[in-house]
This record gives sequence, C-alpha cells and structure tokens, in this order.
Amino acid sequence: MIADHLLILQVIVPLLAAPLCVVLRHRMLVRLFAVLVGWVVFAIAIMLLTRVLNAGTVDYNLGNWAVPWGIECRLDSLNAFVLLIVSGIAAVVLPFAPHTVKDEVSGDKQYLFFAAFLLCLTGLLGITITWDIFNMFVFLEISSLSACALISMGRSRRALTAAYQYLVMGTIGSTFILIGIGLMYMMTGTLNISDLNDRLQRLIIVNQVPMFVNQTRTVIAAFAFLTVGISIKLALFPLHAWLPNAYTFAPSMVTAFLASTATKVSFYVLLRVIFTVFGVTFAFQSMQLNTWLMPLALVGIYIASTVAIYQNNVKRLLAYSSVAQIGYMVLGLSFVSVTGLTSSIVHLFNHALMKGGLFLAMGCIMLRLGSVQLQDMKGLGRRMPLTMAAFVVGGLNLIGVPMTAGFISKWYLILAALEQGLWLVAVLSLFSSLLAVVYVWRVVEVAYFQEPERPAGGELRRLNEAPVSMLLPTWMILGASLVFGVYTEFPVGVARRAAEMLMGVGS
Amino acid sequence: MPNLGLFNYWVVIVLMMTGFYTVIARGNLIKKLIGLNVFQVSVFMLYISMANVKGGTAPIIFEGAKIYSNPLPHVLILTAIVVGVSTTSLGLALVVRIKEAFGTIEEDDIRRLEEEA
Repeated sequence: MIADHLLILQVIVPLLAAPLCVVLRHRMLVRLFAVLVGWVVFAIAIMLLTRVLNAGTVDYNLGNWAVPWGIECRLDSLNAFVLLIVSGIAAVVLPFAPHTVKDEVSGDKQYLFFAAFLLCLTGLLGITITWDIFNMFVFLEISSLSACALISMGRSRRALTAAYQYLVMGTIGSTFILIGIGLMYMMTGTLNISDLNDRLQRLIIVNQVPMFVNQTRTVIAAFAFLTVGISIKLALFPLHAWLPNAYTFAPSMVTAFLASTATKVSFYVLLRVIFTVFGVTFAFQSMQLNTWLMPLALVGIYIASTVAIYQNNVKRLLAYSSVAQIGYMVLGLSFVSVTGLTSSIVHLFNHALMKGGLFLAMGCIMLRLGSVQLQDMKGLGRRMPLTMAAFVVGGLNLIGVPMTAGFISKWYLILAALEQGLWLVAVLSLFSSLLAVVYVWRVVEVAYFQEPERPAGGELRRLNEAPVSMLLPTWMILGASLVFGVYTEFPVGVARRAAEMLMGVGS
Repeated sequence: MPNLGLFNYWVVIVLMMTGFYTVIARGNLIKKLIGLNVFQVSVFMLYISMANVKGGTAPIIFEGAKIYSNPLPHVLILTAIVVGVSTTSLGLALVVRIKEAFGTIEEDDIRRLEEEA
C-alpha cells in the first residue's frame, strides 16, 4: 500500500515535517525530529532508486488524475540518482547540525531554522520528482525562498546582503523560467514534460507555411529564456555573481547543504529541459547550444579557479571553486555524447560528496576557531588534526588525484573530449587541475607548515577537536568519496544509464 | 471583447523591460524590489493574455455561454502571484534587517560599509 505512494511521500514527508517543527518548538525535539525526517527521506530515496534500477521508470499520478489533466511524477535513472544525492546529503548534514546551529543561529530561531531547512529540502526533492514543468517552477521557488531565509541567518551582517542579492538574482532567474514555460504553453497547450517533447516536434501551419512547432520564433524565445533562467540558478559563469557571497556568509551547515544540492538540482533541471523537453536535435543542431556552453564552461573554470587562488576566506575560496566545478559539469554536457554526459552526472555525484565534506570541515573549523580566514588557520594541522585531514582528502578530490572520486569525473571528462578529437579541450581541462592544486595547497601550506601566531605574552589558546557528531558526518561523506573513487561501478553505472537515456540510445 | 491584436503583448514587453531595468539600474533596495514586482507582474499579464480565446467569456458555466477562455493559465498565475507575494515579503523583511544592521538601504553605502569591515 505505502509502497505505491513512495514517490509522493518523498516530498510529502519533509513538507509536513516543516510546520511540525514550528509546532514542536522545543530545541532538542526539533533537532531529533529533523534528523529522523532526513533519514526517512534518504531511506525512501534508496528504495526508489533500487526500484528504478530493477524495474525501470516509476510513475505516479497525483490524486489519481489521468495524465493530461493531472500532475504526473516520474522517476527515471537520472532523477532517481539526483534524489539519492539530495536526500543523502540531507541525511548526513542534519546530524551535523546541532553544534554549529547552536553556535551560529540565535536560540529562539532554531526551530524556524530547521523548518526552513526542511522546506528547502522539500523544494529540491519536488523539483527532482515532478514531471510537470510548471510544478518544477513552483518547487524551484519554494527551495530558493527558503534557501534565502537560511542564508540570511548567518552570523555576519553581510549574510543579509548576500541573501538579498540571492533573492533578486534568483527571482530574475525563475521569472525567466516562468516566461519560457508560458511561451511553450502558448505553442503546445501542455505542461507535461513528455507531452511537451512530443508536441514541440509536430508540424503546424504558420501563415500558410508548414513548419515544426520548434521552428517557431516563440519556441526559440522560450528556449532562450529557459536556458538563461536556469543558468542563473545554476550559477553558470558569468551568471554566478550571487554564489560566492551566499556561500561565504551563510551558516556553515547551510553552505554545506546548498553547495552540494542546490546547484546540482539546477543542473538536473538544465539536463531535463535541454534533453527531455527540447531534445538533442533541436538544442544542439538547430540552436547550437554546445558552441555557447563549451567556451563559457572553459572560461568559467579558469577564471573562477584563478579568483579562488586569491581568496583569504577559505569558505569563499571553496565557493569560487564550486563555480569552477559547475564549469566541469557543463563542459561534459557540451560534448553531447554519452561519455560526456556520464562525466557530468558522475561529477554531479562526486562534487556533491567532496564539496559537502569540505564545507562540513569548514563548519568544524568555524565552531572551534571562530573564523575561516586563512591567516587564522596557521598551524591548524596540529591543533585540529582530524578536521584538517578531512580537508586534505576533500582537496585531493578537488584536484582529481587518482583513487579519489574527483579523479573518476576528470577521467571521463577527458575521455569524452578525446573521443571527439578535441585535444585542446582535454589538455585545457587537465591543466586547470593545476589551478586547483594551487588553491588547495595554499590552505594546506598555512595549516601544516606555518607556526600559529602566539598572542603577545600569552599562551596559545588550546583548541579541542570538533565534536564526534560533526566529525563523523564529515568523514562519512569524504570516506564515501574515497570509496567511490575505487569502486566506481555504482555511480558510473547509474550515470551511464542516465546518459544513454538522455541521448536516446540503449534502454 | 474587441480584438486588441498584439497590444497586450507590447504592454507586457514594455513593463517587463521597465521592471528589469529598474532592478539593474537602481541602487535603492526598495526600488529594486519595486522593479522586481513590475517585472513579475508583466509575466502575469503575458499568461492572462494568452489565455484569452476570441469571443470567449469567463470560464464559468452559465446560460448562453458557448466559448470560454482557457482557465488553466489563470490558475497558474494565481500560483505565481502567491510566489510573487512571498518573494516581495521576504525581500522587504530582508531590507528591514539590512536597514537595522547597516543603517542604510542604498547599495553604494552598504558596499562601502562592507569593505571597511
């Protein structure tokens, strides 16, 4: 009985849990409850993914309304995988929360913090499961409005301006998406993703001239609005202006969660809209989207990595590195091949693990040291050995050292480039790893090879290692990135299936 | 209802660009939000305009009504209006807190204060 409704429970559970947090109100209860919800959601996602991998697509009609009238939810290998990533990160980040939230969010607002967090989770999961493009927009707004509230809870007053900027940029992005959806509805009269794909390829008569729906100017404008709107949400270079400040000033836990899920879900939306709604032929042959995306991705990787090198706030450094990593994902997409898409989807998974882990390590440092400025982190390798070791593991992942998950994504990316004889692109993406070496090394050098400055005349403040409830999630998520760097069948297998489905080859 | 041709859509485009320009060009945080609102409202009008069916009446069943406007975009826009209201209220709440924290709502002044810190 319940098994039939798992798909919708995935969204309903956190959606109902959010107001319950406000009702419970008690600090301890709310924390435990949120952790429980996170785990339940993760368990559902695992069940759904196994079902999709064994039996193929899972469908669900909301309220049992048949498809053209009702809203459909559909899970295939791509969004089941994204679902696993989002809910998995939430399940790891929530147990991490109590200490840092106590430290960074004032006591009377904590239950609201968790309520907003669960709403944000609802939005992200909702975007992932829905098969109705307007529904996608609504969930996108739920997630970005609650993310905005979460960011504004940061300790520094700059969190407020960062949240404001995120709100304005995000709203422009989602309004662009809304315009795109409207224009498509105008031409097709449907919002269901499969229907849209079907009707966009039909032949109609415009001014006595027969043409395909997707050759009309309205649909081309819709395509442009949707791509630009989603790119803002995705923080694709040069539309990434909102991202660095939002990640820097948000509470540590929020940064870890958003960095590893929000942009990933936006990337999923991009894939879905380009490949499933518009189709490969339209997007890449008629519109030549790849000739735009490839240079933007490469320039984005280089500029963002270079800017990252010059940052003195480590959270900010990692935020710029995120912009660069989004570049790698988009680069994989722009090859328009199964291998390229596999590398994008694998990187989506791997980057969620490594950035999540790195930002969690930043959370530990923020809790004990009270700062994530580079000059304060001198000698931290000896003062907080476990946390800094976690940072090093995450850093190696970012660089793409063999035996780490980061290597696997780079490997497939370069394979995809070589497959098409794009030697220059392959060399450029290899070379860009050197920039990652530089920015990771800057932190490692300060933490391990510099003596901490003693306050004049006083003793150095003793620092305890972060509490187990924080170290454990950090190491779990980074440990997973090491495991999936060696046992690659699972992420690569699922990603390849998803890529083949998107390209329309294989099953 | 007289056929207005593409008049509605021209209004939509003018409003859209006005709003978008205000968001980008204005330094006052409240004015930015006003611009954002105008931008969003223009999209509401886009949806409502495309729902119109020539000679159609409101989608309510009553004597003598034969052709109805398409109700779906109306419903969609109800949702989008709710989204717009919550965006505006969240934005205004943030502006209140920014005013408390920085003592100003002018972007340039805030940036100066941020760089000093």
